[in-house]
Amino acid sequence: MNIFKLSIKNIFNKPLSSSISLALLVLGVGIISLLLQLNTLIKDQMDNNLRGIDMVVGAKGSPLQLILSSVYHIDSPTGNISLAEAETISNNRMVGSSIKILYGDNYKGFRIVGAEKKFIELYKGVIKEGKDWDNPYEVLVGSKVYEKLKINLGDELISSHGLRETGQSHDEGTFKVVGLLKPSNSVIDQLIITSPQSIWDIHETHDHDEHENEHENEHEHEHEHDNREITAMLIKFKSPMNIIQFPRQINENTNLQAAVPSYEISRLFKLFGFGIETLSYLAYLIIIVSGFSLFINLFNSMRERKYEMALIRTLGASRFQLSTMIIFESLVLTISGFILGLLFSRFGVMFVSSLMEESINYNLNSLKILNEEYWLLGLSVLIGVVSSLIPAIQVYKMNISKILADA
Amino acid sequence: MLKTKEVEFNYDNQMFFKFQNIDLNSNENLLIIGESGVGKTTLMHLLAGLLKSNSGSIKLFDKELNQMSSYQLDSFRKNNIGIVFQRPHFVNSLTVKENLQLAQYIANKNDNTRIESILKNLNIFEKSNKKTNQLSQGEKQRVSIALAIVNSPKLILADEPTSSLDDNNCSKVIKLLKKQATDFGAQLIVITHDSRLKKHFKKSIEL
Repeated sequence: MNIFKLSIKNIFNKPLSSSISLALLVLGVGIISLLLQLNTLIKDQMDNNLRGIDMVVGAKGSPLQLILSSVYHIDSPTGNISLAEAETISNNRMVGSSIKILYGDNYKGFRIVGAEKKFIELYKGVIKEGKDWDNPYEVLVGSKVYEKLKINLGDELISSHGLRETGQSHDEGTFKVVGLLKPSNSVIDQLIITSPQSIWDIHETHDHDEHENEHENEHEHEHEHDNREITAMLIKFKSPMNIIQFPRQINENTNLQAAVPSYEISRLFKLFGFGIETLSYLAYLIIIVSGFSLFINLFNSMRERKYEMALIRTLGASRFQLSTMIIFESLVLTISGFILGLLFSRFGVMFVSSLMEESINYNLNSLKILNEEYWLLGLSVLIGVVSSLIPAIQVYKMNISKILADA
Repeated sequence: MLKTKEVEFNYDNQMFFKFQNIDLNSNENLLIIGESGVGKTTLMHLLAGLLKSNSGSIKLFDKELNQMSSYQLDSFRKNNIGIVFQRPHFVNSLTVKENLQLAQYIANKNDNTRIESILKNLNIFEKSNKKTNQLSQGEKQRVSIALAIVNSPKLILADEPTSSLDDNNCSKVIKLLKKQATDFGAQLIVITHDSRLKKHFKKSIEL
């Protein structure tokens, strides 16, 4: 038996009042920690997929949409741009390197991206099984796609038009799986990647069919060259200085749109940062309320337990030991509240992560303790000490003789 | 062993007590008897070091209680004095055994065999793992005696141990207290208004 054990026994002796303070604290700490975790994880995930892309060029529309669709592959593209125009930009002396990507189809909800091979290098994609594509209609499949859809080497995938599962399916769009990619913890994990030519071919046939009569006698090659389109182009600059001038030039002088991912992402975080801030103020309020509830609990229990306090003193315990016991009781509650709060937030992260994986094929899983969470621990300890301070001082100043004489 | 001289105490200048001198030798038990309101509980608290007198001297085991700090008194109490209260008090979140272990912990002791032998001696060993609020009145009183003697005090102070008991039980309890004191080598001072106890003590003073 010691003072610490006694504190714990006292807590368990009053499970109801203890658990209310505890639940409030768990809720407060849990919400804050969940927000911190999600914020960090999403930011990390976003930064990780940025891969030094300085600018994205695509069709006019919302710049955020352009970034979300062509860098993060979670929104619809703004439209298509002509290959010729894209090439004019990629030949500009300010451009260090450029990757053209194009969309059009999906396989069971996973996007099929036509891209230059540099695209896979950008995300450090490594082939686990099989080989790179050589011919149109050959595809490499990202790790999450083949894990989820149980795709094997050599399988044939019949694509659907558009980016949603419900799109009309192409009879012509049969892709052959020639390679599986290792997990890279980046966007390519959730993509099916093929050569740009594959996408062009599918839609070319379409156009060809539809306009057969009009273009009957036209020169095949010329026709193809004129009308080929891409969805977006990812650009790295030669010098970071160009990021100020070049996007503006494109937006003002061409009918293309240039968007800067880092800028758009910070704008996005500002947008939902407001909500996060409001929610965390609410959570801090809950923590403060839990402190009050803890204080009231201890205060009442001091009154109920004044005879046992007096008894412990007559057994020879010092004032200091008794006060320590009160503070211990409070700390045991707040520290376990903190630990349970962290557990709560980890389950929350896992839950949100599984939701995100369902809807946008994003996966968040890191359970490390953030620096801000150490601050939360500090806050919990502080709440524990502050709310027990007055009861502890009361016990310290207790007049045992008077209490015993009144009995 | 106990020597008091001209002990005076007043509560907020309202109640004033002047106690007669006590001189008690080693190996003697003492009955202090008095009507309500003569300061019995006050005197007991003074002897236990729970209160400090305004003037006079209380010398217990050759130590002057009035010259000790509150911390020294706590320490003196846990090493020398066991108290049996009029109404038994316990730590309610603990079992009988744990209450005794807590008392030992406070006195920096840890001796489960002693706890067992005390509980057996008091015939409540089978209640060791019961919470104290599950005990009968008589059992509570015995546990409170156990608490008073668990740290082998040299002096047991008992405040009105028999006031609410019938003649039969009164006699039982006082015999039990005396036996425990003798068994564990302690002296006993009983403070009471209960004149039935007179016949059990050779030495008594009246307040």
